[in-house]
Amino acid sequence: MKELLTLYCAFFRIGLFTFGGGYAMLPMLQREVVNRYRWATDEELLDCYAIGQCTPGVIAVNTATYVGYRRRGVAGGIAATLGVVSPSLLIITIVAMALSPFMTNPYVVRAFAGIRVAVSALIASSVVKLARKSVRDVPGIVLCVAAFVIVAVLGASPIWVTLGAALCGFVMGRVRDRK
Amino acid sequence: MSDILWLIYEFFKAGLFAVGGGLATLPFLTRMSVSHPDWFTTEMLANMVAISESTPGPLGVNMATYVGYTVAGVPGGVIATLSLVAPSVIIIMLIYRVLQQYKNNRTVENVFTGLRPAVTGLIAAAGFSVFRMAVLTGGSGSLITLVSWKALLLFAVLFAGTQWKKTRGLHPVLFIAAGAVVGLLVAF
Repeated sequence: MKELLTLYCAFFRIGLFTFGGGYAMLPMLQREVVNRYRWATDEELLDCYAIGQCTPGVIAVNTATYVGYRRRGVAGGIAATLGVVSPSLLIITIVAMALSPFMTNPYVVRAFAGIRVAVSALIASSVVKLARKSVRDVPGIVLCVAAFVIVAVLGASPIWVTLGAALCGFVMGRVRDRK
Repeated sequence: MSDILWLIYEFFKAGLFAVGGGLATLPFLTRMSVSHPDWFTTEMLANMVAISESTPGPLGVNMATYVGYTVAGVPGGVIATLSLVAPSVIIIMLIYRVLQQYKNNRTVENVFTGLRPAVTGLIAAAGFSVFRMAVLTGGSGSLITLVSWKALLLFAVLFAGTQWKKTRGLHPVLFIAAGAVVGLLVAF
């Protein structure tokens, strides 16, 4: 029971000090998981991070489940996961409650019009960053453009694109491996 | 079906199919604004993304809590978040024993060479719907009269800022704050 609480608290701190997500949380994970509690070594943490990226879902949550499950089985996985999402639940609920009466205020409306432009610039920069890493050959370009067109122009669900792309990757790999 | 049941269904689905973390849930959220028009608009979604990027916590989790709260209040926020993480928890626990082989498995690697570029395209599509909403003014007319040139200019400057060597390391909150200040001063 005590260790479950420790897991919850450690991942609560990790969630609280994660901004954005992805690689931003790695230093905080290292501090808590590797240096402070020695639940995993640096290499194990990086492995677990790699696995978190290639399983569906939020990477922070996948990592929390993995480390928690390793320590204390199912209960540990759940405790760590609840820990990592608790700060978001508290902070976002409070912010949403506090902001909602102001969302029709003309100054807030004007500020948010500018903020939305900034958000689209930030998303564009994430896309550029991702594309540099993942779109490196002709099949990659075709898949990336096709996914964009199918969702943005044809209005299909991202689920079909995800499944289709996974299938393409599988088939292309088979063909390449056979050569 | 009540909103709560729909939230469980939609967020479980997003948690199950959003691969790659962070912004990967965004395409599923833009999709929700289309399939549940009474829940939130793209404009509201963009506001929620901005607030989720400026507050602590993993981006995907923050967005789930915010969207859930917008749809069905505090219970909605809690339920959307738990539904988003449920598939992760189940999948990680199920494949835990084979995780080490899984990571270096040839088939898994092949599948991901297909998935990664497609996820990039999906996020680009979600970003495009936010972009369109941010730089187009409401109303009808030709594309040229609908574009807010001031907003487009701000986009160009901020995007250049995310790429320029000296400013690209800056925290996203600073870009959001800059957008807010310009929006207040200029009004699109």
